[in-house]
Amino acid sequence: MKRAAFGHISFPILLLLPQLVIIAIFFYWPAGYALQSSFYLEDPFGFGSTFVGMDNYTRLASSSSYMDAAWFTLIFTSLVTFFALAIALLLAVKADKVIRGARTYRTLLMWVYAIAPPVAGLIGVMLFDQSRGNITQLLGMMGIEYRLGVNYWDTASAMITVSIWKQIPVNFIFFLSGLQAIPQSVREAAMIDNRSGTRRFWDITFPLLAPTGFFLLIINITYSLFDTFGIVDTIVKGQPGNNPMTLVYRVFVDGFRGQDLGGSSAQSVVLMVLVLILTIVQFRFLERRIHYT
Amino acid sequence: MNLKKTVGLGLAFGLMAGAAQAQTEIEFWHAMGGQLGETVDQMAANFNASQGDYVITPVFKGTYEETLTSAIAAFRAGEQPNIVQVFDAGAATVIGAQGATVPVEQLLSDNGVAFDREDYISGVRNFYADADGQMIGMPFNSSTPIMYYNADALEAAGVTAPATWEEFAETTAPALLEAGYIPLAQSHLPWIFTENFFSRHNLQFASNDNGYTGVDTEIMVNHPAIRAHFNALTEWQEAGYFEWYGTGWGDNQDPFEAGEVAMWLGSSGSFGGIADRVDFNFSAAMLPYWEAVTTEPTQTFIGGAALFAMSGFDAAENEATAAFFDYLASTDNQVFWHVATGYVPITTAAYEAAAEQGHYEEFPAAEVGVQQLQLPAGEFTRGYRMGFYVQIRDVMNREYGRILTGETSVEDAFETIEAEANELLARFAQTQG
Repeated sequence: MKRAAFGHISFPILLLLPQLVIIAIFFYWPAGYALQSSFYLEDPFGFGSTFVGMDNYTRLASSSSYMDAAWFTLIFTSLVTFFALAIALLLAVKADKVIRGARTYRTLLMWVYAIAPPVAGLIGVMLFDQSRGNITQLLGMMGIEYRLGVNYWDTASAMITVSIWKQIPVNFIFFLSGLQAIPQSVREAAMIDNRSGTRRFWDITFPLLAPTGFFLLIINITYSLFDTFGIVDTIVKGQPGNNPMTLVYRVFVDGFRGQDLGGSSAQSVVLMVLVLILTIVQFRFLERRIHYT
Repeated sequence: MNLKKTVGLGLAFGLMAGAAQAQTEIEFWHAMGGQLGETVDQMAANFNASQGDYVITPVFKGTYEETLTSAIAAFRAGEQPNIVQVFDAGAATVIGAQGATVPVEQLLSDNGVAFDREDYISGVRNFYADADGQMIGMPFNSSTPIMYYNADALEAAGVTAPATWEEFAETTAPALLEAGYIPLAQSHLPWIFTENFFSRHNLQFASNDNGYTGVDTEIMVNHPAIRAHFNALTEWQEAGYFEWYGTGWGDNQDPFEAGEVAMWLGSSGSFGGIADRVDFNFSAAMLPYWEAVTTEPTQTFIGGAALFAMSGFDAAENEATAAFFDYLASTDNQVFWHVATGYVPITTAAYEAAAEQGHYEEFPAAEVGVQQLQLPAGEFTRGYRMGFYVQIRDVMNREYGRILTGETSVEDAFETIEAEANELLARFAQTQG
């Protein structure tokens, strides 16, 4: 095999530089700043700050409302990730089998992806609205009293539903292309070996889709943790009250609404560490079981 | 183009630039969206047209919270606007940051503008002032909680607007329920049923004179009177006298406008919007009080927001800011603002002028807020000054919501609010070091 080599170290560094500069400016610098201010208690206008050591962190550990938000985030992330992946996979498998009108069908399924999260949140709020929402009225006809913004779990289910709905199209696109990348010869061989469609799916298709699935798992967890901010914000209308909120939303509530810079920085550092651990775990343990072709 | 012409044009431009420079330009960040924003733009245009020395540019910066956050970020970057609108819950943050703003009284007197606190309506005067009564912020969109009612509904039920909560529970609510209405809803539990509850009954809300005289303040929200009030609320909720539609302001106002709820507690500034939207006869009354707590109910104080002059500008720009404040408080402008928006006038002179114009004969509901702000004052009615108050309100909203959905008891909720609020106050005191 022929090896390409650079004559001097400076050239590859030069090529990497633009990317490194962007990462440094948009990630390392703010992350370092957040880490630093998480040890301080600061006057909002910047007139003075007091070093408080680990106070901002110990405070979080003893705050029951922070722990509530953490639990909710865990439930929220698990449900959104699971259902967004499962439903998209089901739709992709079915769409893969469609022969007539396949294009139209796929376009319709991908369509939702073009909607911005706040708009998705807004549509969700309209559907779930207390007095005028279609879903609220439908549930009311079935004798279920559904009250967004009043009942904790009613609000939570709206957040979860809208978040899943918003993420299905992107998962669908990846799953569909993953399915279409499975060689026809493998499928035909499987067809001869086993006539059960379900068995063929779990024994052949699913393992071959694993690289796509693993990639989507990471993307979806990150989405549930961070990108659902707009949906949460629209549903609680900027005032969580007794409604659930995710950890990212709490960073915003305490930092941007409440001007508590130290406390909010500590929360973002906690989130940063969590995501770091999660990613390491995923790559170390899960990825080993995946075979890339 | 010949030389003469070029020189001539150059001179002309130079002169124009000179003329433009003679006008001092200042910037004003506010949080008034929609129709209110248009009224602010109109007010600024009126000011610019009224004189030739100063030009003010209003900039809409989003919600109250977003406006304050933008102003703080801009201040830290040295790019602050001359004037920023700060809402009631942010008052302690901006007033606590001495050096970030120039007190309005000082700004006006430095620039030779006559100023007398006594010109201002009594419930307006103190909220944005320091412990000595020196006004730090210029009250701008001032509102106070009042009770709107559907006059047709009350007539159908054969009752009048209740003056006390006892009357509400014994007479008004049962009759309204009988007539097919949800008797009561409200839109802001921390503001209406906490801060102004304490003021209406002249109860102490926080140590250090409600927080005005020091930063080592402790909240005193866990008071038997307010616990009794929330216990009554849950009883009323069960009996169908009171309905809670969540923390969102509009979710509670909508059923009133739809004619389902007969009486709604909201802001005196809600007047204009309601008048535009409802097709039934409505009016307003003062916030009811508990006769069991006091027989001499006192005034409420203003919510809404005030304008703060930010520091770091030269004398010319400060002079422009002072001129704008002077214009803002002028009787003509206050009447314009009051009539257009429903916010209360800030000076007695403007109130009298609006009355003379016959505004209150046409819209009696527009006067209720002003009257309530002029009720007798008490020791604890001028307002409160507490840091991290936005978060304290968040805690209240959370616990009140839990009370009204049956997830916690009134006693536990108030203990939690007091504990968490005091922890936040202690943290704020630390930032003020």
